[in-house]
Amino acid sequence: MSAPPPPAIEARGLTRVFGGGRSLLGVRRPGVHAAQDVSLAAHAGRTLGVVGESGCGKSTVARMLAGLDRPTKGAVLLDGEDVTARRGVAERARRVQYVFQDPIASLNPRKTIRQTLEAPMRRLLGMGAPARAARLDDLMAAVGLRAAFLDRHPHEFSGGQAQRIAIARALAAEAKVVVLDEPVSALDVSVQAQVLTLLKRLRAELGLTLVFISHDLAVVETISDDLAVMYFGRVVEAGPARAVYAAPRHPYTDLLLRSAPRPGVERLEAERGAADLPDPLAPPPGCAFAARCPRAEPRCRAERPELDEGGDDGARVACWRPLR
Amino acid sequence: MSGLRAAMAQLARNRLAAVGLALCAAIALVALAAPLLPLPDPNATAPADRLLRPGAPGHPLGTDHLGRDILSRLVWGARVSIAVGLSATAIAAAAGSLIGLVAGYAGGRVDGALMRAIDVVMAFPYILLALGVVAVLGPGLMNALFAIAVVNVPFFARTIRGVTLGLSRREFVEAARLSGASHATILFSEVAPNVAPVIVVTMSTTVGWMILETAGLSFLGLGAQPPQADLGAMLGEGRGLLFTAPHVSVIPGVVIFALVMSINLLGDGVRDALDPRLKAGALAAPGAATAVRRSGAGEPAKGEGLAVSGLVTEFASGGRSLRALDGVDFAVAPGERLALVGESGSGKSVAALSLTRLVPSPPGAITAGRVDFAGEDLLAAAPERLRRLRGDRVAYIFQDPLTTLHPLFTVGAQVAEALRAHAPLGRKAAREKAAELLEMVRIPAARRRLDAYPHELSGGMRQRACIAMALANDPALLIADEPTTALDVTVQAQVLDLMRGLAEARGTAVLFITHDFGVVSALCDRVAVMYAGRIVESGPTAQVLADPAHPYTAGLIACVPVLGRPDRALAAIEGLPPAPDALPPGCPFAPRCPHVEARCEAARPPLAPVGEGRAAACVKPLAGAA
Repeated sequence: MSAPPPPAIEARGLTRVFGGGRSLLGVRRPGVHAAQDVSLAAHAGRTLGVVGESGCGKSTVARMLAGLDRPTKGAVLLDGEDVTARRGVAERARRVQYVFQDPIASLNPRKTIRQTLEAPMRRLLGMGAPARAARLDDLMAAVGLRAAFLDRHPHEFSGGQAQRIAIARALAAEAKVVVLDEPVSALDVSVQAQVLTLLKRLRAELGLTLVFISHDLAVVETISDDLAVMYFGRVVEAGPARAVYAAPRHPYTDLLLRSAPRPGVERLEAERGAADLPDPLAPPPGCAFAARCPRAEPRCRAERPELDEGGDDGARVACWRPLR
Repeated sequence: MSGLRAAMAQLARNRLAAVGLALCAAIALVALAAPLLPLPDPNATAPADRLLRPGAPGHPLGTDHLGRDILSRLVWGARVSIAVGLSATAIAAAAGSLIGLVAGYAGGRVDGALMRAIDVVMAFPYILLALGVVAVLGPGLMNALFAIAVVNVPFFARTIRGVTLGLSRREFVEAARLSGASHATILFSEVAPNVAPVIVVTMSTTVGWMILETAGLSFLGLGAQPPQADLGAMLGEGRGLLFTAPHVSVIPGVVIFALVMSINLLGDGVRDALDPRLKAGALAAPGAATAVRRSGAGEPAKGEGLAVSGLVTEFASGGRSLRALDGVDFAVAPGERLALVGESGSGKSVAALSLTRLVPSPPGAITAGRVDFAGEDLLAAAPERLRRLRGDRVAYIFQDPLTTLHPLFTVGAQVAEALRAHAPLGRKAAREKAAELLEMVRIPAARRRLDAYPHELSGGMRQRACIAMALANDPALLIADEPTTALDVTVQAQVLDLMRGLAEARGTAVLFITHDFGVVSALCDRVAVMYAGRIVESGPTAQVLADPAHPYTAGLIACVPVLGRPDRALAAIEGLPPAPDALPPGCPFAPRCPHVEARCEAARPPLAPVGEGRAAACVKPLAGAA
């Protein structure tokens, strides 16, 4: 038996520090660690969901995966190949594409949909005009839009239609990995379901690997095979999505799941204290969640836990006192 | 392009701009036609005919000190002045915009270096700089043109840099990078087309100024050289004769005035037409309360709570009237918590704002219906009465606490202000009460947080402060428009828990606007679902969720993923809601409805009872019909 294939996309110890350095007078300025030592992997044809609340660093990680931002430390690997040091965005873009949260803002208001969709084919794949024309029709059909829309401008579209166009642009480059940063959170719920269904279908038809970033636990649950939960710049729990959702090991994951409103559930369990994040300029020495954690003990505040090796179901947790 | 046509239409509506355009066009036409007009040679001197008064035979505007025809010199001079002004504007715009584009896009050190160089240029008084440039290059029209262009480069560079800076951080620029575009391509083919309107606006508002500057340099003898005429030079030549022959200088002065004035009026018109911020009628000041234009007041509702019936709110848009609310009925009894659920554009927020007439007028107006609150018809109330009511008996909480809270006042001061606006309370007492309110909404270290500014609090804390302000005067009705949508899920759980507890303890009626059925379950006992400006279903929350009567409600529930049920197929509702100006004659949901039949498309079904305490606007409701 040969070794299992490497993940389609993998982050190894990704760290991103904003600011920092020294001022003109040589005074050290504190840096904000938006992402710290983040390791995750999405295997070919599978969907990795990344959940977390605002400020947890999930978008920073997504941008580094797509090459829109460069990590301060750590590496991004595509099919086992380290591509962190490659400077050109274009080379990465042929292999990893990205879908933004705000579909309208991600389309140039002065360009027609045809111009927007042709750009990656022309620049990244060097396709000629006849090949492009044929592919345009395929792309529009794939995302369920009429080819007549090609010569319109973005302001003529609803949010859901614009997000389909943005997905078509990501597909145009023929990348096998697509990173989606909150792709449905700006959409109305009925349209959100259309886009989620579309993504599931495209993944199956094209064998795509998706990295799906969202704050919405229910949305992530429907689409993900694997899951990573982030808090304050770090992955606190990771593993097969079903296992983590069914029985979270980290108290933070547990809190998230209990806090999410569900139709028919009349009382939510709310935390008593402040649900504030620690000061990013003065991060605590121990577990960042310790101040909010009902299970915290002195060790949690003093010493930071690392992701463990995982249980039988493969769910790994960074916690001194996991729930299981 | 429809955008351009709309801009032209707006320009034509602006009366001052139209006057400017007419005057400007007339002057430009005459100047352009100068070689064709039967004018004498502007430079032909005739010492015998010097200083003829206007009206002299053969010289309608008289002659100057060398006997040259003033009309001819004016026409030819205006030609020169306009040409120089336009050329200088074009050069300044091209150079300045390029610097601005590069600086704004590149950012960092490139931006720093370019903008500091611009600062150096700006540090000189502009006329001194222009004089300096001319002094180095020597007098002459071309050199004056060049000097004026250089002096105006910083103006363009700074304006364009600011716009570019904002655009370059937009997502479509990053998307272009992922499409393989180089930086140069992005700058010139993605960013520049979006900056172009700003360049045009800036040019249109500066060209008059540049003509004036050209005239200034020529007046000083540094621009047009004799015998060539331009408006400034004519003014300069006539200066010495101001008392003996005033017409020699007054006439070119008047022409300069008319020219620059007309260009500026036109430029302002162009700016108003192209500036998106002014497009939406931002310059029109809305009244203190939404205008009410209804034909009859209808029957008053009984009871202490809120009762809305047949409410219609319209928005004037481009000469048409769009119905955002199309006959809405609902009631909130004291102590009841009603959720108004719908997607964007369903009219749920307009409904909330219409209750105390907070919809801006113009463009909004309430054209039918009644809003009764505690036995009072709010649509008939005076604006002063509504002002007393809002924040006192009826309080609002909005989605974004940052737009509710003033950034320059402390949270404590704002809560105290909310108290003092409606109750005779001393400063100290108000502060004490404010502290109690912040404690009530469970803000940790509330007393210390009284002196915190909104930006010093987290999003959840800010929304708590807004809730504290809303509850300050113990309102009978609390209207909350998506108050937890912008919050993290753990914070949302806390805020919902808090709102539920406070509403139960104080018997406050709550109207809660949301799109999330999970949130509805957590807070509200009744729910009303809105679609295309009407309520299509209402009833007790648990019953509606378990057994929806309207196909839209059923679709809305089925299309949302539910935590813990990942394998449930998401039944997306195909299609889009109808536009408010293109409502179908029958049920507005009919085009998307899986159960549609012929009679659905004939007439719009009214909201009719379907079982105990429930109602649906559907000809064949899915549930509760028994």
